This record gives sequence, C-alpha cells and structure tokens, in this order.
Amino acid sequence: MVSSQNESSLLSSEGDSQRTQYPYVTGTSVIGIKYKDGILMAADMGGSYGSTIRYKSVERLKQVGKHSLIGASGEISDFQEILRYLDELILHDNMWDDGNSLGPKEVHNYLTRVMYNRRNKFDPLWNSLILGGVKNGKKYLGSVSMIGVHFEDDHVATGFGNHLALPILREEWREDLTFEEGVKLLEKCMRNLLYRDRSAVNKLQIAKITEEGLTISQPYSLKTFWNFAAFQNPTVGAEGSW
Amino acid sequence: MSTEAMDVPKTGFSFDLCRRNDMLTKKGLKSPGYLKTGTTIVGLIFENGVILGADTRATEGPIVADKNCEKIHYMAPNIYCCGAGTAADTEAVTDNISSQLKLHRYHTGRESRVVTALTLLKSHLFRYQGHVSAALVLGGVDVTGPHLHTIYPHGSTDTLPFATMGSGSLAAMAIFESEYREGLTRDEGVNLVTKAICSGIFNDLGSGSNVDVCVIEKGKKEYLRNHLTPNPRTYISSKGYTFSKKTEVLLTKITPLKELVDVVQVGGDAMEE
Repeated sequence: MVSSQNESSLLSSEGDSQRTQYPYVTGTSVIGIKYKDGILMAADMGGSYGSTIRYKSVERLKQVGKHSLIGASGEISDFQEILRYLDELILHDNMWDDGNSLGPKEVHNYLTRVMYNRRNKFDPLWNSLILGGVKNGKKYLGSVSMIGVHFEDDHVATGFGNHLALPILREEWREDLTFEEGVKLLEKCMRNLLYRDRSAVNKLQIAKITEEGLTISQPYSLKTFWNFAAFQNPTVGAEGSW
Repeated sequence: MSTEAMDVPKTGFSFDLCRRNDMLTKKGLKSPGYLKTGTTIVGLIFENGVILGADTRATEGPIVADKNCEKIHYMAPNIYCCGAGTAADTEAVTDNISSQLKLHRYHTGRESRVVTALTLLKSHLFRYQGHVSAALVLGGVDVTGPHLHTIYPHGSTDTLPFATMGSGSLAAMAIFESEYREGLTRDEGVNLVTKAICSGIFNDLGSGSNVDVCVIEKGKKEYLRNHLTPNPRTYISSKGYTFSKKTEVLLTKITPLKELVDVVQVGGDAMEE
C-alpha cells in the first residue's frame, strides 16, 4: 500500500546517500593568535591516512579574498570542497563590483552556516576551521567545528592543539605581541605538538595577515632536543629495569 | 572419583566474575561508579633530587567529591608516589607497597631504593591485568641517586627526567616540554611544577582546587601541602554567621479555648440512655 511504499523508498534513500561517516586523509592541529598588527597562524604540512603519514606537502593555510586567512584540520577533501565554496562566495562578491569586500567576520559567519547546515543533514564536512583576518584596522580570529560550534577569541586551536597548545597560549599571550614574539610563541606550541602528537610532521608553515596583506611562509622545520641524561641512559642505578 | 573442589588457585587474581560483569553490562546493568581522581600529577628531576606535584580534586563523575584530597602518598622516608585513576586503587596499592617496603627495611637494615618500590608496584599491577586502575608517578632519592618513574595501570613503567599523568597530563606536559631544562635549582623546579599543575587545574575539568608539592633531596624531604591555593572561596560574608542557641520565637499568638456549642437542656429527654 501507499504507506509501505513510502517507507521502503525512505529506507532505500538512506541506503544510497553519501554521508561522511569517518575521515580518510586528515590534517592535524592548526593554531592561530592575534598579535599587534594582525593574525598569525601555524599549521604543519602533513596529511595522514589513518596511522600512516601519507602526504608531507599539504598546504592547510589558504587565503580567502582580500582580508581573510583560513586554516583547516580534519578531512583534506572536505577542506578542498570548502575552498571551492569560498571561491564561489568571493567571486560573487567581486561581481557586485561595489567597492566593498567580504571581511573575516562575514566569511566566518558563512562558514558557520555551511557547517551547521551540513551537520543538520547528517552529512558533515569533517573539518575544524580557523578563520582570521584584518579589515579596516579591526583584527578578527574565529573558529568553526564540524558540528557548527563557533566562537571568536584572541587565540584558537584545533584538534590536539586544544590540549597541548592552548594552555601555553593562555599563559603567555599578550595583546601587544610583536611579529617575532608571536612567531616564537607559535613555534613553541608547534614544537610541543611535534613531540606529543603522533600525526604531526616536522615541516610547517606560518601565515601572517595584516591590513597590508597576507604572506604564507615557505615550509621549514623546527629544532628538537633529545639530549636529556635520562634519555641517554635511563637505567643508570637500576640495571635491568626499563 | 571424588569431586574435591577443583584446582582453584589460592593466589593470584580470579577472573571468574569478569565475564559475568561484562555480560551484565551488555544487558544494561549500570555498574557501580567509583571515585576517580581526574587529576594532574607531575614529577621532575632537578639538580639535587626529585620534585613531585599534584592537584587536589577528587571527582565522582561530574561532581567534585573532595575539594582538597591528598594525592601524594608516602612510600618511604625518601620515596613518595603520586596517584591518578581510581582513588581507592591508588590508596590501597601505595599503602600496601609502603608496608612491604617497611618490612624490607627492617629485614635489610638499609634505606629503601626507588627501584624496589617500582618493581613491587609494577608486579602488583601486572598481576591484576589493568583491573587495578592506578596510574602512578613514583619519585625518590636513594644511594644510587634521584629517580623518577611513571607506572601505568597494566604494569609498564618508564624512567624519565620529567613526567605527567592523569586527565590534565597534556596541559601539564605542554608546560614541561616547553620549559624543562636539566640542572634546575630547587626554586626553579618548584615554580615549574607549580606552573604545570596550575595549567592542569585551569585547563582540565577533572583537576582543580589547590597545588601540593613534595621536594625530595638526599637525606631530607619537604611535603608542602597546599603549597598554592589559587581557588579560594570568593564571597564570604565578612560578618560571619551566628546562629542562636535556642529555637527562635518568631510570632506569639494565644487563642483561648472556648465552647463552640451551648448545651441547652430541654425537659428530661437529653442524654437518656
């Protein structure tokens, strides 16, 4: 009868809908801070496929329009899709040709709506995004998660960065950090992540966005220290233990 | 064939009830909760010895059961142990090994060594296959020098220059990884430990309240209970509270009893049996 037909069609539509149930190629944490002249963001260039580090040159920091910078962690293919949505958004904005351009706050709001609506359809974009930028002298730094949780703050991080980088940022961030101090602070956090996050790789980029414009650095790696006495000879005084 | 009791092992853990408990949980029985210590515990080696640190919050699910519990346990005069995980397990296992160490001291006539405590703890925990949920940071100074170890619930151990355990371990480790150096002085070490515990207290929900620190050097130890109290009660009535000794009389109202009904005798019929 009619009702059973409806039921079976509902069931079949559930069967062949394409929902992201789990991520495949993922990027790890991104961290962002406000500093004196604008926003600084750091992310490494690793793309992990489960427990292997499959790609080591994935750019996870990208420019959006004139005033914004986006950094993403999570599923890389969903990030590439988001970049296409943003491309379309900026294109339509430019077509108005009205002298106005979308600022970071507007782009952040757009992303929030996109992520939240996908989540409501049980088909999320599996990313945690950080959006930063400067427009008309006002700095903006915000974060959106895959379920649409969004907020704005002076320092944000995704993934493991929440546990390992945020405690350091909360202690040491100040309103008037210079560019060098900001980079040092971000490197301190990235080094921490490199030691303690298994999916981190030692190849990172730092991006800076100010009123003047955006620069994304060339990839480089951090120095690490392994020469603790206990690491060299852990069982001194306790032969046979480990 | 006599059916004597089958060969039930007299020692060691009996795993019989584990299967039954798993079956019951699958059927939907809510297993009894236990007091966990959430926790941030840390230890580091400085130039003259070992410094241990811990927060003081004990949680029972989402509730804070004890605002000021002690997580740094005494093992020997020169050895202390911080415990994270199930509070009963950490208490019991450290007490047990502490008494074993004391008997051993009487037997040998010597100061206990950290590796002795380490081996006793790890063999105990391994025998219980992880069911004794105790994650420990063990530190002390003996004749062979200062030692710091971490012990996991299943019985594996590590020897480290600095260590953190518990739910706040990542927040505390972030501080250690960025600021630890070899050859710290006592005050630098205490400050670093306090900073790491504070990072756990303020960034982890399972840790909170105050900071306990224990400094162990060759020949002496200092147990600094509530070394830092960064979470005082903010609003306390300055007048204090006074309660009267007797029951307070708020209102006095006297209602005299009077007759509501006038009994009128009519003839001789009233109340005739």
